[in-house]
Amino acid sequence: MRRALPILAVLAVLLAAIAIANPFFLEPAGFLAFVRRAAPLVILAAGQYFVIVSGEFDLSVGSLVTVEVVVAARLIDGNEGATWPVLALLIVIGLLVGLVNGVVTTILRVPSFITTLGMMLVLSGAVFLWTGGAPRGALSETFRVFGRETGWAVLVLAVMAVAAALIMRADFGRTLVATGDNERAAALSGVRVARARTLAFVLSGLAAAVAAILLGGFAGVSAQVGQGLEFQAITAVVLGGVVLGGGRGTVIAAMAGAFTLEALFTLLNLYGISGALEFTVQGVIIIAAVAAGALRLPFLTPQRVKGDAHAAS
Amino acid sequence: MTALPGHRAGLAAIADPTRVVFVALAVVILAGWGLVALDGGQFLTLENIVGVQQRSAALGIVAVGQTLAILAGSLDLSVAYLISLTSLVAAEIMAGQDAGIVPAVAAVAGVSVLVGLVNGLVITKLRVHAFIATLGVALIIKGVVDHLYDGPAGRVPESFQHLGYDRIGPVPVSAMLWAVVALIAWFLLSRTRYGYRVYAVGGDPEVARLSGVRTDRVVIVTHVLCSLCAGIAGLLLASRLGAGAPTVGTDGGYDLESIAAVVLGGTALAGGRGGVAGTVGGVLLLAVLDSVFNQLEVNSFFKDVVRGVVIVAAVAVYARRTGMLGRRRA
Repeated sequence: MRRALPILAVLAVLLAAIAIANPFFLEPAGFLAFVRRAAPLVILAAGQYFVIVSGEFDLSVGSLVTVEVVVAARLIDGNEGATWPVLALLIVIGLLVGLVNGVVTTILRVPSFITTLGMMLVLSGAVFLWTGGAPRGALSETFRVFGRETGWAVLVLAVMAVAAALIMRADFGRTLVATGDNERAAALSGVRVARARTLAFVLSGLAAAVAAILLGGFAGVSAQVGQGLEFQAITAVVLGGVVLGGGRGTVIAAMAGAFTLEALFTLLNLYGISGALEFTVQGVIIIAAVAAGALRLPFLTPQRVKGDAHAAS
Repeated sequence: MTALPGHRAGLAAIADPTRVVFVALAVVILAGWGLVALDGGQFLTLENIVGVQQRSAALGIVAVGQTLAILAGSLDLSVAYLISLTSLVAAEIMAGQDAGIVPAVAAVAGVSVLVGLVNGLVITKLRVHAFIATLGVALIIKGVVDHLYDGPAGRVPESFQHLGYDRIGPVPVSAMLWAVVALIAWFLLSRTRYGYRVYAVGGDPEVARLSGVRTDRVVIVTHVLCSLCAGIAGLLLASRLGAGAPTVGTDGGYDLESIAAVVLGGTALAGGRGGVAGTVGGVLLLAVLDSVFNQLEVNSFFKDVVRGVVIVAAVAVYARRTGMLGRRRA
């Protein structure tokens, strides 16, 4: 928890700044609307955290989200009765994609950056091959409830967040961190490294599926729904002080990082820095935040901070 | 680390993956030739050969720069936006005038060096992971470009468009430019002290530092060179389009695609192993695949699927060949 403090402080400052600009934010409805908006990214960040802390990357989550939403729209096609089977199918797709990512990375020993980059191409190619280039069909009202109704979205988020925190407190969480910290030492002390990493990818796939269900309800069907989400999720995780390359950081901090990123977007909007310059501010802040984090412990982690992180993959 | 696979992980086992990519390239060309012939077409036509070179030149130039960055243990996600930015800088300064060419090229070089310096300094002095540092710089450039431009801008004079379209015999000028860039990079890597330092830093920065290499300086210079390559690609694309465009870099997916090409060419993503020759092979492989698909009129989404599978499969093959050595650095 102590390591999550800096990001929580930053988050508090940002939330206060939003509240000053927009008092509605202090009311439960206003605040919960913000939480609902942040929920997909927070869930994705939790999934990405598992992968990153084990020393890998998952670049496929953005296109996985798109695939899930497009698949849901085509299969449901406005038919209420199809909602629940399709929801189950989406979860299965997420788990499967994660499993493939994990197996290719661990058994075939392809660096995860490449595995998930390839998966990104395959997923987005396959889904639009299937639908003929553009999303078709429509989501059912029941499906959209999860992302649209604040209560449901917040509940889903809470369940996922608690589950993520519990996973990291369990033995699995420790082995995952150990794997990311020093693969060899972990293997020698009996951790099944490949299995732990594969499970991390499966969790990331699951998180992407849940995020897609929320986003589909919230934002509707489009071919761009997941665009860039992989980078946003990785950014959020890193903002939370989790080190690329693995072995450092907590899942709470990663989720706080996602809230911070979302708060940053909200704030930039409120102060009228909307549109393109938002990206510039975002870029500067990401670099500054990570630099500030890295400068604190330069001597404890000399190589990890630099280009060595993807060496683990 | 689990037990070794069946073969010995000695030095002999690292059969140069850069050679494997050319074998793969030959196989793809043969298979493509066969498939297109079955389809009733001709594959090895002059038009096609020129097309492959045209298509691969811009990606090839970016990928050469990316090779340097990856060899040094870094990577550069900002190249796509830098390409867009430099295409705009070039076309705006030229403004259709021949007299503007020299200042425009100089300005592009300046912008590229500046971006490379920022990348390198943020990575080395602020100790930000290259992934985040270059992603952040990419966002900064994206914001500036999108803020200033909605669509194509500036104009490239006729004389500059020769760069994009002319060819001498079967070889387009753009492919020659790519060859020159690749040769320079090859020379730097294999014949100069800088090159050895790049491999040393990419192999193990701590060992390199303890051996007296100024690792920071190597990484900074590498990022400047990588950005310069992106700038050259920006010039080339501007000459093809006749103008600068704010999305030309991202539409081509030059950031991830160039990384894929480098890795396809057998360069280890972790740094320290590989070379420019493999990258050239990787880029050509992607371009030939593209050309085969175009001839067979394959759906573009199917192309993406195959491309993804090919990239992962190729790297899986390299991973088998290099065995345990490839993963020891964790």
